[in-house]
Amino acid sequence: MPDAIEKVSIIVSKGSLEGIYPGLIMTNGARAEGIEANVFFTFFGLDAIHKGRHEHIKLATVGNPGLHFATMLGGLPGMSAVMTHYMDHKMAQLDIPPIPEFIEMIADSGAGLYACKASVDLFGLDKDDFIPQVKDIITVGEFYNLAAGGQIIFT
Amino acid sequence: MTTKTLAGAQVALDDEGFFTDPDQWSEAMASEIARGEGIAGLTERHWQVIKFMRHEYDEKGAAPNVRALAKASGVPIKELYHLFPKGPAKLAAKIAGVPKPRGCI
Repeated sequence: MPDAIEKVSIIVSKGSLEGIYPGLIMTNGARAEGIEANVFFTFFGLDAIHKGRHEHIKLATVGNPGLHFATMLGGLPGMSAVMTHYMDHKMAQLDIPPIPEFIEMIADSGAGLYACKASVDLFGLDKDDFIPQVKDIITVGEFYNLAAGGQIIFT
Repeated sequence: MTTKTLAGAQVALDDEGFFTDPDQWSEAMASEIARGEGIAGLTERHWQVIKFMRHEYDEKGAAPNVRALAKASGVPIKELYHLFPKGPAKLAAKIAGVPKPRGCI
């Protein structure tokens, strides 16, 4: 058997529902396998750890060919909200937690949560904007140090 | 597939060390399996989780994943990871002699 993965550092760079969940599932899955995990939220990924925004993450209904949904329809007012609500409902049926609860769960499992300093500066945010589970606001260099000895997964 | 002697009995294990036949398990084996996984002593809280895993397997034919385990057993996620550092659902299933839970959450 090849060497097992012992540590992963996962980057969450997108702010849509389908852009955030994969990183969270990878992190939770890693922790459940006993793999050390850190998550680095950057750009719109910061919304997932932002107190005012983490409950309002939406599904992208325009420019999202994987959704197989007509662009003209997807751009109608309220369409994103409706589709997001539908996805949330389907996920609840599978016991997939909503994003705020999911993030709390991965923090409880021992994963380290970090915000990207460049993005924080870009959006004019500070530590108070984030949920308490966020350990620190770090630079990309600090992220690389943190990720040393493990695999990096970009989402 | 390998066979191992636990608590004086022969048991069949898969490549990852999980029981291929959960009926071969007995409570006496738990401590030995736990020690092999780096857990020196099983406390009452450990046992609460192990018994719960066993119960779920008996009732539903499959062991729960970490989230389901936390919700239904009454032991919160933080504590589960303290009791079983290298993956609570995986470890508790191994110690309880049930197959590894399969799931992505």
